[in-house]
Amino acid sequence: MATATETGRQETAALASPAPAIELRGISKAFGPVQANKDISIRVEKGTVHGIIGENGAGKSTLMSILYGFYKADAGEIFIGGKETLIPDSQAAISAGIGMVFQHFKLVENFTVLENVVLGAEEGFRLTPSLRKARKLLTELAAEYELNVDPDALIEDLSVGHRQRVEILKALYRKADILILDEPTGVLTPAEADHLFRILEGLRDAGKTIILITHKLREIMDITDTVSVMRRGEMTATVKTSETSPEHLAELMVGRKVLLRVDKKPAQLGKEILKVENLRVVDEQGVERLKGIGFNIRAGEILGIAGVSGNGQSELLEVLGGYAEATGKVSLHGEELDLSGAESDAQSRRLKGIAHVPEDRHEEGLILNFHAWENMVFGYQNDPKYNKNKILMDNKAIWDETQAKMDRFDVRPPNPRLNAANFSGGNQQKIVLAREIERNPELLLIGQPTRGVDIGAIEFIHQQIVELRDQGKAILLVSVELEEVLSLADRIVVMFDGQIMGERLSSETDERELGMLMAGMKQGADA
Amino acid sequence: MKKMPRWADVALIPILNLLIAFIISGLVLLAIGKDPWAALGTMIDGSFGSSRGVGYTLYYTTNFIFTGLAMGIASHARMFNIGGEGQAALGGLGVALILLAVPWPHWTLALPAAILFGGLFGAAWAFIPAYLQAKRGSHIVITTIMFNFIAASLMGYLLTGVLKVPGKMAAETAKFPEGAHLPTFHEMLAPFGIEFSKHAPANLSFLVALLCLYVFWILVWRTRLGYNIRAFGESESAAVYAGINPAKIIIITMLISGAFAGLMAINNVMGEAERLIHNAVEGAGFIGIAVALMGRNHPIGIFLAALLFGFLWQGGAELQFEHQIPREMVTVIQALVILLTGALDNMVRRPVEKLFIMRYKAKGL
Amino acid sequence: MTLMKTILGATATLALSAGAVLADPAIVFDLGGKFDKSFNEAAYNGAERWASETGGSYDEFELSADAQREQVLRRFAEGGNNPIVMAGFSFASALETVAADFPDTKFVIIDMVVDAPNVRSIVFDEHTGSYLVGVMAAMASESGTVSFVGGMDIPLISKFACGYAQGVKDTNPDANVIVNMTGTTPSAWNDPVKGSELTRGQISQGSDVVFAAAGGTGLGVLQTAKDEGILAIGVDSNQNHLQPGSVLTSMVKRVDNAVYESFTAGEGVEPGFAAMGLANEGVGPAFDDSNAPLVTDEMKAAVEEAKAKIIAGDIVVHDYMSDESCPSL
Repeated sequence: MATATETGRQETAALASPAPAIELRGISKAFGPVQANKDISIRVEKGTVHGIIGENGAGKSTLMSILYGFYKADAGEIFIGGKETLIPDSQAAISAGIGMVFQHFKLVENFTVLENVVLGAEEGFRLTPSLRKARKLLTELAAEYELNVDPDALIEDLSVGHRQRVEILKALYRKADILILDEPTGVLTPAEADHLFRILEGLRDAGKTIILITHKLREIMDITDTVSVMRRGEMTATVKTSETSPEHLAELMVGRKVLLRVDKKPAQLGKEILKVENLRVVDEQGVERLKGIGFNIRAGEILGIAGVSGNGQSELLEVLGGYAEATGKVSLHGEELDLSGAESDAQSRRLKGIAHVPEDRHEEGLILNFHAWENMVFGYQNDPKYNKNKILMDNKAIWDETQAKMDRFDVRPPNPRLNAANFSGGNQQKIVLAREIERNPELLLIGQPTRGVDIGAIEFIHQQIVELRDQGKAILLVSVELEEVLSLADRIVVMFDGQIMGERLSSETDERELGMLMAGMKQGADA
Repeated sequence: MKKMPRWADVALIPILNLLIAFIISGLVLLAIGKDPWAALGTMIDGSFGSSRGVGYTLYYTTNFIFTGLAMGIASHARMFNIGGEGQAALGGLGVALILLAVPWPHWTLALPAAILFGGLFGAAWAFIPAYLQAKRGSHIVITTIMFNFIAASLMGYLLTGVLKVPGKMAAETAKFPEGAHLPTFHEMLAPFGIEFSKHAPANLSFLVALLCLYVFWILVWRTRLGYNIRAFGESESAAVYAGINPAKIIIITMLISGAFAGLMAINNVMGEAERLIHNAVEGAGFIGIAVALMGRNHPIGIFLAALLFGFLWQGGAELQFEHQIPREMVTVIQALVILLTGALDNMVRRPVEKLFIMRYKAKGL
Repeated sequence: MTLMKTILGATATLALSAGAVLADPAIVFDLGGKFDKSFNEAAYNGAERWASETGGSYDEFELSADAQREQVLRRFAEGGNNPIVMAGFSFASALETVAADFPDTKFVIIDMVVDAPNVRSIVFDEHTGSYLVGVMAAMASESGTVSFVGGMDIPLISKFACGYAQGVKDTNPDANVIVNMTGTTPSAWNDPVKGSELTRGQISQGSDVVFAAAGGTGLGVLQTAKDEGILAIGVDSNQNHLQPGSVLTSMVKRVDNAVYESFTAGEGVEPGFAAMGLANEGVGPAFDDSNAPLVTDEMKAAVEEAKAKIIAGDIVVHDYMSDESCPSL
């Protein structure tokens, strides 16, 4: 009897609220022995913004890839608008009304906006009718949702924010009712992100359903109506955004209480370690990437470089790391460094006491197919203590040192023979950090220290950086995470378009002011 | 992500590939009216059943070890050196020049000189494509292929011109002096009371090849240079970050690669022909690519793969003798093995990987 | 286990049958392969002709590696094949060693001289045959310029060219002879496009008779001669029928006869040196229906006269390979 009543109640509920835009039931997906998604069920209501939050590797992207037809689920069902739907490929997803905006845009650079929007959805043999139709739609959408982009502009001439709008337009042109955005703000300035959120709100109010995948708590709080939290392939909770707090969400993501602010003592500033003057970098295409910047770092200080990625921070790190050519003057302890970009300079920088944790550990910091112990000396392979003689390396010494470092940095699993690729993001980063910090450098260059690192490891990494500072070392921190820069750095320099827009003490500024500087608005910030 | 145990990767897959190649070859033989079992028996008996067969098998194996090492070291730097053919040809030129220039009293003196000149000439031939890749970005695959043609023309020119013996028809040099004669297996083993066929070309170079396998292993996994080469091969951007000079690594690796290819000349030119003949390399440079691929660029793998190809070459000749199977058909069988073990590796790898993954799942791993 | 047994069984059977091989003749083709449209193929044709006429069987082997030369000779000798014929000069050094080890087996080498008591060396007087076609070329030419396209630049081909030039000059002392070689590598034997280019170049220099001694490359020469309306001379086998009406004659070299005769003689093949020349019809111009309209009676008479004089020793045709020089060029 009880069952009958239950069923009855459910039916009533179903009658009361319309069928959800998307419902997933019991989705599971494994890659070999790794269970990426475990029995996931979720309801996304029509006309809402639904956030999915979780650490890297929690299974968010896998879940969305299943929904978009890139992967086939091992088990489970997908309901779109109340109807069970099979999605074997992305074409099926599109015809079911699902549109996806990827983290890395899939646009043809030398096509116009219009051509990109129509590409793959042309109707008939002739292109012109489709283009005309798209132009009309674009005008309408621009007016309705602030989705304004010049239809005849070439993609390569557009800013990142505009390119993202083109991706959204593409989805809308294909009549998407459900829009999935994968980490959409990673490449945007705060202002651009705000604009994006206004667009999304407009779309939601027009009845579209939006799924926002992110790991940024602030965005979830700002824009979503409902939020689902994933951890280790499982859906741990789905809550109304209005009924939760960032601290609570962080706890759900990590599975324990997390310190979101960094605990640190006031800086004990020593003498000047690094001085950069009028630094210029011109890339291979002849574009000026650094336009004469200057700053200094003192001992016992963390200098944070804030800015949207692609505004010259990477070039700055490369120049200081010794593998990019530049003009200007850089001095370490008052001794001028050679900026000619001679290819052995990355070695000489290390000898001078500059350690470098690069922004991208997969492309630069590690050799993924090398064992952990081989990676532990990467960049320092010429150090006599790792070599028996001029030719042969001393693998035993390297091995022993690796074990010790893995212990100290709590790298898991502590197996030096494992390939770097087989560690999680956080543990990979710990390997790089262990290698660079344990050299006891005078100056540590560190780019995106916690990108793709789980929250648990973030705390540890931040502690290590602060500890190094407290030992009286100079640290140059580059991060696109404004929160991270604000909480770690003692002093912040904001970069925009290869220039320094302003310098602030982190105790005397806030996200709003820095956000304006990051968008290149000096007056607004100074005002 | 755990995929397959290592033994499956290095042993099971190549064996499966081989099995499929043999099955298809068997079908081909059936189609032309030959008994595949008898053919297989002939191949095995012909290449391993007598000391002469072994002598031929190991002679070819020696060639393939050298060219396989040449390809292997380049692969570690993620370079596809297709120029083994030309580099081995030039190595032959170097060996021939030094052996003809000096009236060598004994092979113990002639061999080091031949190794030096063969290696130098092979390396020199690899240097130009390497330089162009390192400094000008010209793709190494294209340039090394071109250099094979240039090498063939150059050798043709020299062997029909200045190096030819006047009055002789063949495009070949004069015979090397007696003192440059490398001991054959027969001569090497006779003092130990082992009777090895007098008429097999296997010679002391085989030992040099084995030594080179060991040197290769030390070089790649025990030296700083090998570390740098592998790091560069895995990720150029990371190598630059670490202060490894890409241009330098490209050039050094190609020099070593060319030297290995050039060393082949001590086997086929000095050890066997004892004079330089036209087209002495006979495709061994290309077989080296398959050998390195199949051997996973590891010395043990390269040795086994070279041995397999040596067996295919000698066994293939036996098929012609015993069964009057046309030369072209033998080439088809050899090509099938190369195709399946090299190019179509993934055809077998994928399903086997799936099987292992299913097994992990069943065990709840 | 069963697999192993089968293999072992098969091997055993083979071993037994291998011992029972009778004294069949054997032939070894050079690296070019038996269907090279030239030398090896001519040898193959001779062997086939012997097989079909006598009903006998023979063993054959196509080399795929230079190191196999000695191996194959030894294998055939051990297997009881007799005589063993090899087509090509490259066998010389391998034969020298093997012949000594098998004194009871007869060997025949074509195009090369190997001095051993059980070896028959058959060489061709290409220079005298070429002299005769040179005589014809000089008489057929209206422009007074004739030409020669060689394959790979080796002394043997210069031997053709030199005899040809002497024949031309002796007939018409004012004549001009243009000589081109296709290349220096074996691919020069099989490059009809290059052959065609060379021929066009020679025509633009005034040549109206071209002699092609270039294997497969010659096919391009013959084609172009036909297209441009000049005369061509074929080589090795009778190529008159390839482009009827424009092939003046062919300088045939009866490699097939050499093989055929060796096979026919069997174990009784006579060791020593055998020159296939004008006297024994080993070389010479080919006359048949295809070229009959092009050949005048004067030409035939001149050829016969020259041939008689050469055989008699009244005309000495210079052999390029005797001193690697050519007085007529």
